[in-house]
Amino acid sequence: MSLKIVANLCTGCSACEPECPNDAISELKNIFVIDPAKCTECEGDFDDPQCLSVCPIDDCILPLETEAAA
Amino acid sequence: MESAAASYVSLADLKSSGNALAVTNEAPSHSGCGTKGGEGKASCGTSGGPDDMPSHIWDKVKNHPCYSEEAHHHYARMHVAVAPACNIQCNYCNRKYDCSNESRPGVVSQKLTPEQAVKKVVAVASEIPQMTVLGVAGPGDSLANPKKTFDTFRMLQEQAPDIKLCLSTNGLALPDLVDEICKYNIDHVTITINMVDPEIGAKIYPWIFWDHKRVTGVEASRILHEQQMKGLEMLTARGVLTKINSVLIPGINDAHMIEVNKAVKERGAFLHNIMPLISEAEHGTVFGLTGQRGPTAQELKAVQDACMGGANLMRHCRQCRADAVGLLGEDRSAEFTLDKIDEMEVVYDLDRRRSYQERVEAERQAQHAAKIEALSATEVNELTKDIKVLVAVATTGGGRVNQHFGHADEFQIFEVSAGEALFVGHRRVDLYCQGGYGEDEQLPSIVNAINDCHAVLVSKIGACPRDELVGAGIDPVDRYADEFIEKAALSWFADYTGRVARGEITHVPRGDASIRQGAFTAAA
Ligand code: SF4
Ligand code: SF4
Ligand code: SF4
Repeated sequence: MSLKIVANLCTGCSACEPECPNDAISELKNIFVIDPAKCTECEGDFDDPQCLSVCPIDDCILPLETEAAA
Repeated sequence: MESAAASYVSLADLKSSGNALAVTNEAPSHSGCGTKGGEGKASCGTSGGPDDMPSHIWDKVKNHPCYSEEAHHHYARMHVAVAPACNIQCNYCNRKYDCSNESRPGVVSQKLTPEQAVKKVVAVASEIPQMTVLGVAGPGDSLANPKKTFDTFRMLQEQAPDIKLCLSTNGLALPDLVDEICKYNIDHVTITINMVDPEIGAKIYPWIFWDHKRVTGVEASRILHEQQMKGLEMLTARGVLTKINSVLIPGINDAHMIEVNKAVKERGAFLHNIMPLISEAEHGTVFGLTGQRGPTAQELKAVQDACMGGANLMRHCRQCRADAVGLLGEDRSAEFTLDKIDEMEVVYDLDRRRSYQERVEAERQAQHAAKIEALSATEVNELTKDIKVLVAVATTGGGRVNQHFGHADEFQIFEVSAGEALFVGHRRVDLYCQGGYGEDEQLPSIVNAINDCHAVLVSKIGACPRDELVGAGIDPVDRYADEFIEKAALSWFADYTGRVARGEITHVPRGDASIRQGAFTAAA
């Protein structure tokens, strides 16, 4: 259970990074990535996934499953 | 704690020395924030401005290109892009690209770590003694990720203590960080406030990120508005100078701007900077895509004029890029990319900076004296006393008419009447002369940009553009080359009204002008 950042949409603005309750987000070559091992989709911490709520780019952050299924 | 209204400095206080209302409260509480910036002490009472405001405020603004009209002719600021995160979304901003409105670029600008940013600032300041102000204005909101912003300020203060610090914010996180701001001696804060009515705000802001949630609609703007007002009041109470930026969006907040002006004035805002929406489809902003247009030059001026009695208006903002380096409007950032900085031997030469600033102070006083002299020389004629016109001026700085028409990428606009020559704004244009040849297709756009002016004052001008300007009804004037601007403008005006009075020419008002779209970047 994890979200994923779509690499070619991410602007590297870093807004998501400090919002993550699990420190799952880190910078990788000017964009940001989510560590699926750490991401809980914010369950237990917040009502909404924090990274998704703050990200300015539509569809930049998606569930990992959607990606895998596609 | 003093009241917000008590430390408000009005336009009248700054502009007309005749109106002896100087400032309503001489003892603002400086307990939290000390004033900084002791460089180049102005002798109070001699240069323009200090006669009209208390010395602790003049000290803060006199070398600040964004706050003082006189200073922006001589001093420079730079911004570093250390804080790209944002906590709201504006319909005039597409965060994939450099924002063309506020000085708030997106990814196109080079993002710096606080360490890199400080090295860049010190390198630039050593090269360019005019560099007196560092701002963190984005991309994004400087307070959305406050650690990066404050780390930069703290390190810079240790290495280059004479540089003034300022930051820009949308205000959402401001109330929580006012104490931090005071800790770092940041004495200039810019807040972008586009509305004081959440219903109007809902048309400008689709969402905010607040209390771990994305909030939309009128509720989002209500929260933003409350935070902005609270933040402004808190800064005023602590003696921090504030500038309010407002983006003028025709049909959305143009009629409302006077309310914004009133609200920020009541809460002690030092300056109100009303700037035009820059909106083109290719920017990919919501406004760009919905076809929301920006105001014309006269629409902008009309709103600015209507707000004249309110908070002190700033008209020289050029909406420059956040990482522009150099005198306002002149972008030297290409000289200071990270690779080049890494190679530089950086020696921070405080003495060289001091002596430059002393020279500037002398120059500024000469400029002021010339203005007074020109004013006393103008004769008021009954026939022409109500005439008020705009003139465009080509200048490279220093307050003089010293630029070739073909080399100007912007004109300063002065409103001239028998009593005064008042700086009212800038018009950006595309360079006419590139590599020695005039670009004829550029000329109509230049004429459009200054179409509401009666004359354009330049150091030199070629025969072709001269004829074209005359044809368009704009008088090209090169006989005041190298003179101080106000003096030149008033002399031209005296000559013009003289000819009108003698019946040689008839005075006809001019039409509107258009605002150049696209963010100001490099000159070439
Ligand atoms: S969904 Fe929550 S836990 Fe997962 S990366 Fe985003 S902020 Fe972190
Ligand atoms: S908020 Fe979105 S665009 Fe910004 S760094 Fe995170 S994923 Fe990328
Ligand atoms: S954009 Fe405006 S406020 Fe910012 S530095 Fe330029 S003139 Fe000053």
